[in-house]
Amino acid sequence: MKKRLFSLLLALVLMISLALPAFAAREEITVYNWGQYISDGTDGSLDVIAAFEEETGIHVNYITFDSNESMYTKLKTGGASYDVIIPSDYMIGKLIEEDMLEPLDFSNIPNYAGIDEAFRNQAYDPENAYSVPYTWGTVGLIYNRQYVSDEDAQSWSCLWNSKYAGKILMFDNPRDAFAIAESILGYSLNTTDENELRQCADLLAQQKPVLQAYVMDQIFDKMQRGEAWVAPYYAGDYLTMVEENPDLGFSHPKEGFNIFIDAMCIPKGCQNKAGAEAFINFLCRPDISAANLDYIGYSTPISAAKEYMDEEVITNPVSYPDDETLARSESFSALPIDATQTMNDLWLSVKTAGANTTLYLIATLAAVALVIVFFILKNACRRRKIARRCRKWKST
Amino acid sequence: MRNKLLAAPYIVWMALFIVVPLGIVVYYALTDSITGQFTLSNLTGMGAYLSIFLRSIWLSLFAALICLVIGYPVAYFISQCSASRQRFLQMLIMLPMCMSFLLRTLAWVAMLEDTGIFNTFLSHLGIAPLPLIRTSGAVILGMVYNYLPYMILPLLSVMSKLDPRLIEAAADLGCPPSKVFSKVILPLSYPGILSGLTMVFVPAVSTFYISQKLGSTGTTLIGDVIESQFKTAYNPNLGAAMSLVLMILIFACVSIMNRFGESGDEEVMAKV
Repeated sequence: MKKRLFSLLLALVLMISLALPAFAAREEITVYNWGQYISDGTDGSLDVIAAFEEETGIHVNYITFDSNESMYTKLKTGGASYDVIIPSDYMIGKLIEEDMLEPLDFSNIPNYAGIDEAFRNQAYDPENAYSVPYTWGTVGLIYNRQYVSDEDAQSWSCLWNSKYAGKILMFDNPRDAFAIAESILGYSLNTTDENELRQCADLLAQQKPVLQAYVMDQIFDKMQRGEAWVAPYYAGDYLTMVEENPDLGFSHPKEGFNIFIDAMCIPKGCQNKAGAEAFINFLCRPDISAANLDYIGYSTPISAAKEYMDEEVITNPVSYPDDETLARSESFSALPIDATQTMNDLWLSVKTAGANTTLYLIATLAAVALVIVFFILKNACRRRKIARRCRKWKST
Repeated sequence: MRNKLLAAPYIVWMALFIVVPLGIVVYYALTDSITGQFTLSNLTGMGAYLSIFLRSIWLSLFAALICLVIGYPVAYFISQCSASRQRFLQMLIMLPMCMSFLLRTLAWVAMLEDTGIFNTFLSHLGIAPLPLIRTSGAVILGMVYNYLPYMILPLLSVMSKLDPRLIEAAADLGCPPSKVFSKVILPLSYPGILSGLTMVFVPAVSTFYISQKLGSTGTTLIGDVIESQFKTAYNPNLGAAMSLVLMILIFACVSIMNRFGESGDEEVMAKV
């Protein structure tokens, strides 16, 4: 009896749990963003997502990625649908080219009016039909002042310096990693010349012996704890890190660096376009943008937002470098598919380079030879044993 | 007829989730990533990754052998304990497996890092920080730590079935303990050794997380490369080709191991 009651109860629970989502048909959107890239309510900051949910009643599923490339792969392989994605400039260009984005309905995004003229109609989205800028920023060198001298840190070559061997981190994505090599060699960050890319790959391979690791979001932890001393990363994230570890310094290297815009887009196959546009609009509200970017440290494309921000933040040369510094910067554009392919192949060869093939080959051949000898000897032994037994049997 | 029906659920499962995906892997391995046309270039270009394949195989072979050296005595010891004690010890061995494998590997990172627990302690003693992490040794350590239970459990199941009368008989007939071990216990536990080696070697050779966390930029394993092809490079075709080659290599290695076992089995049969 008890058993039957129990199974009945179980069936009931199952049925309710299955039926629940049908009852609770609340509106929701799925946001796919970089890791550590939104103000989430920690340290007394504004919880942007909670504020949006409260204002609109739309539930937000929030998921993160760690590089443009992994985001692209996720979109391309399908299986999940996202309503808002926040990739960088060159990736947006690629997504537009491959017809993977929905055109935005700007009547649902009135706050777009606040976006500065300088950040509209960029090369990646010339008509500005698919994207609304979220932040902009630069890539620079983050270093630990306790161990790395300020003058060494003025150049990307710091990342090749054997003085800091084992304490150097590097980007774990081809575009950002190649950009550093391209800056050093004096090439354009958008070069498609195979020979130039090859030289960059050689340079990146030379770096491997002094590297600690190729990382993305792990950099926060490693730099804050002093496990690593020098790493290239995004300026806004430096401001987050320096709060945890005041020894950290930042430089815009003299060879040049990347300037980027990350923008909000709606991918094809989204489930709730109106909700997504409401979210984009919400993030463009000057007070929200100010509170959000105050926390994540990136630079705002909305001048009106600066009124809500600390004087200290908006005059910080890390987030808002002067024109002289910005003259050294270059933005990424989408590479043609064969250049992307070449870069990916070269990046793979960089990451797999450095193994001592001959040593492994000799060891393997020796092992295979040993195995063969073992079996031959074993067979010989057995044959001899059987022969001896036969002889014994015959003689008795 | 009945027997066949019993196997039906698994056959359906296998067809859906093993055979069909394998077919997809083969399809991807034989097509071009951009045009989607038939090509062998994914497979013919595999020579460039020879050293990575060999490194993966060597590191995991070492790990499997170390697991055997550590696991064999432990399994023998446990098999000699009383039944209730055996259950308890077996549970202790399984206990770490209840925690996420990723978390356990991260815990090793926290211990071995330059600013980790061991090195902090050592620097208090005045010993300069030792290079504990980012070496091949650290990768092998991670593999041994994570996969040791897979060695001990099959060894234990074979050894606990080992007939004590055979050992007694050997001793009665004047066999010294070392000979009892080499002529009776060891040959009878060959099946356990083989399945233990296989169960450690196969997951170790295709691992990617351990080498990323505990290894250096120079200890990339084939699992890392395959992962990157699917995760960031968006070249599932090359990734599929690598998986296919890896699968063939694993089959080759495992079948060689089994050959060792076969010859051992015959010997046992001849002697018993």
